[in-house]
Amino acid sequence: MLTEHILQRLASIVGPEHVATGTVDRITHSFDATQQQFLPDVVVHPGTTEEISRIVQLANEERVPIVPRGAGSGFTGGSLPIHGGIVLVLTRMNRILEIDPDNLIAIVEPGVVTGHLQKEVERLGLFYPPDPASKDFSTLGGNIAECAGGPRCVKYGVTRDYVLGLTVVTPTGSVIHTGGRTMKNVVGYDLTRLLVGSEGTLGIVTQIILRLLPKPEARKTMLVAFASIDGAAQAVSAIIRGKIIPTTLEFMDGAAIDCVRRAARIDLPLECRAVLIIEVDGDRALLAGQAQKILDIVRPLGVLETRTAETAEESEAIWRVRRSVSPSLRALNPHKFNEDIVVPRSRVPEMIRLLEAISARYGVPIVNFGHAGDGNIHVNVMVDLDQPDMKDTVRRVLDEIFRTAVGLGGSVSGEHGIGTAKAPYIAMELEQPTLAAMQAVKRALDPNNIMNPGKIFPPDIAEHTGCAASPPPSLDPYHA
Amino acid sequence: MLKDKALEHFQDEIAQCVRCGACQAHCPVYLETGREGSVARGKIVLAAALLAGEIGLDERLREEIGLCLLCGSCTAKCPNKVPTDAIVAAIRRRITENQGLSVLGRGVAALTGGSKPLLGALVKGADLLAPLLFTNIPEASSLRLRFAPAALKDRSLPPLPKRNLFARVPEFLEGDATQPVVGIFAGCALTHLYPHVGEILVRLVHRLGCSVFLPRTQGCCGMPATSSGNGPLVASLAKANAGAFAGRALDCILTACASCHAMLTGYSPATVHWPAAELVDIHVFLLRQGLGKQLAARPKWPHRFRVAYHDPCHLRAAGITRAPRDLLRALPQADFVDMEDSALCCGLGGTFAAAHPDLSRAIGDRKVAGLRASGAAVIASGCPGCILQLQDIIDRAGLAVRAMHTLELIDQALTGPPP
Repeated sequence: MLTEHILQRLASIVGPEHVATGTVDRITHSFDATQQQFLPDVVVHPGTTEEISRIVQLANEERVPIVPRGAGSGFTGGSLPIHGGIVLVLTRMNRILEIDPDNLIAIVEPGVVTGHLQKEVERLGLFYPPDPASKDFSTLGGNIAECAGGPRCVKYGVTRDYVLGLTVVTPTGSVIHTGGRTMKNVVGYDLTRLLVGSEGTLGIVTQIILRLLPKPEARKTMLVAFASIDGAAQAVSAIIRGKIIPTTLEFMDGAAIDCVRRAARIDLPLECRAVLIIEVDGDRALLAGQAQKILDIVRPLGVLETRTAETAEESEAIWRVRRSVSPSLRALNPHKFNEDIVVPRSRVPEMIRLLEAISARYGVPIVNFGHAGDGNIHVNVMVDLDQPDMKDTVRRVLDEIFRTAVGLGGSVSGEHGIGTAKAPYIAMELEQPTLAAMQAVKRALDPNNIMNPGKIFPPDIAEHTGCAASPPPSLDPYHA
Repeated sequence: MLKDKALEHFQDEIAQCVRCGACQAHCPVYLETGREGSVARGKIVLAAALLAGEIGLDERLREEIGLCLLCGSCTAKCPNKVPTDAIVAAIRRRITENQGLSVLGRGVAALTGGSKPLLGALVKGADLLAPLLFTNIPEASSLRLRFAPAALKDRSLPPLPKRNLFARVPEFLEGDATQPVVGIFAGCALTHLYPHVGEILVRLVHRLGCSVFLPRTQGCCGMPATSSGNGPLVASLAKANAGAFAGRALDCILTACASCHAMLTGYSPATVHWPAAELVDIHVFLLRQGLGKQLAARPKWPHRFRVAYHDPCHLRAAGITRAPRDLLRALPQADFVDMEDSALCCGLGGTFAAAHPDLSRAIGDRKVAGLRASGAAVIASGCPGCILQLQDIIDRAGLAVRAMHTLELIDQALTGPPP
């Protein structure tokens, strides 16, 4: 528990109406999308960089853990207060400060919801591409902390590719500015890139300079049904080899199609075992040709059917198939382990085959879908944890999946981050000197380990380097 | 149905919430407050904590549970369709059972319950809602609470009619023997506040050849009672309403108020023996009866105005979004424009506007930008509560727009001056 003295100082910084210590408020800020729960001691809603700086100084002096929180929609525990302390909610700081069409930038506060910014810039014919599935509710601050991705990353890249500069309160309470308003800037270390994806462990972002693009004039959506996953996977490589980068290149495997089929009527050939949803965007005049070229490339690869949307409604109908996958999974089994491994694009077919082998070997359903175009596969291990020994089986299955991905030159997480959920697997991918370099950075910026402690680095590694305390949970099921 | 299920029996539904946060994008209250306790996900976590005995029904919990419009937006967009509105209503009933009705809840009970509904009785006197009247209402009267001065201050209110719906139309109108026999559930607002709309409803349906039954013994649907957590009152209103329609063989029962429609659809079969007749929203019914084609066949008026549409939450949640638009598109005197944010809640939310007047208005004001950009002269809707709130939003924003019931526009098309 925090002392009365600390609570009083917090209240004097942000005003008593923005400090809550009651059980109700602590409970409503105890969780994120991992469904794990840890009670904070106090919930604070700051309104300015200055207030945040003073709060962090206080936390640092008093050695109180402090956890920044946006929408609390992360999948890996980044905003969980696993050691209690202060949860700092940034939703009050939700202003779009500037949209500059001449320099193609936007300046925003961290609490701005990603989809809201997209809507506002698109009114002006501009475009902010990163589109995580949560974009209608997740915040830009959270997107930066996790370096969020999304389907459009195939062509446009991820959040880090659109961050030009940041205002950050460091773990000792200093206010620093990284990058700036220009595309080119090589002055000093690139702290912007260091902070994007740092999961709130190196500081609290309080202002963001984002790069914008002109909005593409039009887009075209296609659905291609394949007789086998191999055909679909080869199609991905063939399209890229054909020197076309689609906006999105999403895939669903046979298990995913079966789930959707069970939940709703979908209009797909019965023998269809894989689907690609391909979207291209750009000048209207060029799209038809691009779409045709893609269809020509994929046609020899066991294609059963192709469908090209002519209207916005038809495009929406295609995307509805893809979006109905997640909700339909729960019919399979009550518990879902949703991993977001990534492998080099060319290794996607191999990875899918190995996943199918793992599924068969352990007798657990694994449903795969996701961003085939950039190799980011959402692997959903569907189990019933109430079955005997299932927890142990899941552990071994996940372990094997991650080892396989890393073995193919991939990563254990493409866009969800590490947090607490993936911390046990980080050492599979990063060798000891790399981890040590990262922890040296953490210690230099956060000598008292108050800034979102216990994240990224697993307890055994963190303990003798002073970057964590008690063990976080190692097995996080999602109720499907 | 879920309407009268106790909180204990929502365990499974509560477990369906995966805390993804999708509800944040759609909750009108959260969009204003940005606080996790305002949104469905936060309330579900609180419901779970309540069931686990980790928290009690303290003041802070009552506050958070009060911050819900029961609009159902969250459920509609929830990947697992967690019925947060029903869960919040169950917590409110539990609060009422444990701690008695709130001041506001007592007001609702006095107004909508009992044999002689206060709203009906007092409207006869004239300007019930006019703030001036409050100087004449005794301190102890519940009216002061339901329409508390804080909620009414500077609010645009309709001029109050002298005669209610029942004084305007007979209880039964004989129609064509080949056409359906329909019952009409008018609801408080179309009976007392907007009886001219209620009259259009009855006469239009009769004009289409139907026999129309408007039983006098119908009362409030129970939405305000649900909103204030008064379970027993909801049950007794439901029984009375079922009884009102029981005597006659009906093909369907019509509503022209979105909230009444939602409420009647949700009456629990365990407690109420509701007539077998299908419950149909008026827009859906009129289209079925071919009115859309009739309207579209009329010559267009040379001087048309632009009309937008506001989706009442309780029609949207029932999936009724196209029928009202189809009717508006068919109007000869107006050009329909689908305004941006047509589906945003107006902020009224049963007793929410009375309990949280400032927040209710802030929520409502989010409609202004879309309405202004639409260039509409009229905004139509299918819920008298929304219409009341919309006119208030419009007047405060200083827009030259009228909020009207879709039925009024249809009536204008059929009876208005020839082009």
